Amino acid sequence: MIISNCKKIVGGSGEGQALVTAQPINFLAMIDATTGRITDPKHELYNKSLKGVVLVFPYAIGSSVGAYVFYSMREYGTAPSAVVCARADITTASGCAIANIPVVDLPKGAQGIKHGAVARVEADAGRITVKV
Amino acid sequence: MVLILFEEIISGLELSRDEEEALAGKPGDALASAYRILVAIGEATGAKKLVPVKWAHVSGVNYNTIGDAGVQFLDKFSRTAKVVVRTTLNPMGYDKNHPEGIPEKFQGKQTSIVKSYERMGVTPSFTCTPYEVFDIPRKGTAVSFAESNAAVYSNSLLGLMTNKESSLSALASSVTGKAPLSELRLDEGRNPKVNIEANFKFGSELDYGLMGYFAGKAVKDSSVALSGIFKPSTIEAKALSAGIGTSGSCGMFTLGKAKEKISFDKKEAKAVMDELNTAEDGDIITLGSPQLGMNELDLLARLTEGKKFNKRCMIFCSRAIHNQAAKVGLTGRLERSGAEFMCDSCTCLTPYVIKEKYDSVVSNSVKGAYYLNNSNKVMVALKDIKTIAKEYTE
Repeated sequence: MIISNCKKIVGGSGEGQALVTAQPINFLAMIDATTGRITDPKHELYNKSLKGVVLVFPYAIGSSVGAYVFYSMREYGTAPSAVVCARADITTASGCAIANIPVVDLPKGAQGIKHGAVARVEADAGRITVKV
Repeated sequence: MVLILFEEIISGLELSRDEEEALAGKPGDALASAYRILVAIGEATGAKKLVPVKWAHVSGVNYNTIGDAGVQFLDKFSRTAKVVVRTTLNPMGYDKNHPEGIPEKFQGKQTSIVKSYERMGVTPSFTCTPYEVFDIPRKGTAVSFAESNAAVYSNSLLGLMTNKESSLSALASSVTGKAPLSELRLDEGRNPKVNIEANFKFGSELDYGLMGYFAGKAVKDSSVALSGIFKPSTIEAKALSAGIGTSGSCGMFTLGKAKEKISFDKKEAKAVMDELNTAEDGDIITLGSPQLGMNELDLLARLTEGKKFNKRCMIFCSRAIHNQAAKVGLTGRLERSGAEFMCDSCTCLTPYVIKEKYDSVVSNSVKGAYYLNNSNKVMVALKDIKTIAKEYTE
């Protein structure tokens, strides 16, 4: 499956298993950058690692310092290989811009990406290729 | 369909020639990184151009929040980057006059962060309430505030225009003097579509904090209308702004109605309490997230006059407010009641308040409760300031 007309937020490309959630993420409060894991037991991705995945989530919430968490994950080698948002927010966009993590917004009405599917994000072309 | 596609293609962010050159790295790597950030957030928020800002307020100061990677990033960035507009700074991890009990490693890393900011020309204000410390530009002025409570407060009560910036996007504004013209920097972005209506009588600032937290979670737009409440006092407006900023992506409130209505009944308030109020009592009292201002110190001094706290009570405020309060004798009055002042820092993510030292704390801050619970793993008994003064003094 190919999803085209994605909006490029941060350029580049990346591939990995899709880690999908409909819940927003507070990066400062919910992520351990040293492991890349989600530490909030109330989040549906609790204990899942962001390392090397294509993270599909709506947008980030809460602390403005969450931007540094993307950069820290990059430095610790735990960063996602690409990020797909419903509507990328300023924290995600700025953090990924500095950490060189490609980010796109899904076009309205796009078909959902299945959890665990291998996805390739080409931000500059605005394209996501999902391999089944 | 064709038309819509066409619109999407031409609707990107347009940069001036100077901005393009800076993005390409002509004046150096640090400015190129800053423009890379501005372009990303400009695309994310649908901006068509960048506009000048008069003031940047930067977060990402506390070592506990930015870690070793942040220390290194700022050290490198600050070697070449210099601020070009007034730039003020969020709290750090501890009070530089009270380093007792703060690990030496933490102090070293914290000092490095502060030095990096100072090297860039940032004013080391260590406050999350810059709106109570600095001169306020006139209404309609574009600024770039990262601290979420400050962004919400300044948009909603002071008429400044800022998006809910991130630590890195405000930093980018500080060295470029620019930010995207989008969302809350446009009049149309400041018109709320959703209205949260309170259906019960509020008893204290805590209720405003709970409503803020609820509103931030419920509303996905950049602004929200609030109805069914009286015009908040300063202490209530701070609690409300901090609540909104903590739980969501919304960066402004207005008082009044909007098209779509969501009720905030006692049931909804209780649900927020159930989430954040995780203890019945605490080992200590922590006040100040956001840092307390003159109003709140005056109120607390009156409430505790002639009495003594029966638990350790830590008051977090900025050094500027502490100096003002000392001049009029407020700090002395509160210290006679047994309260301790901590400047430069705040309740959230400070190594003063960690689970190795305390199982639980008493606080009136919804924002503080969120970070104490989630980041510090310290449980919180949420009570309003009058109740705290009554229950914990003799």
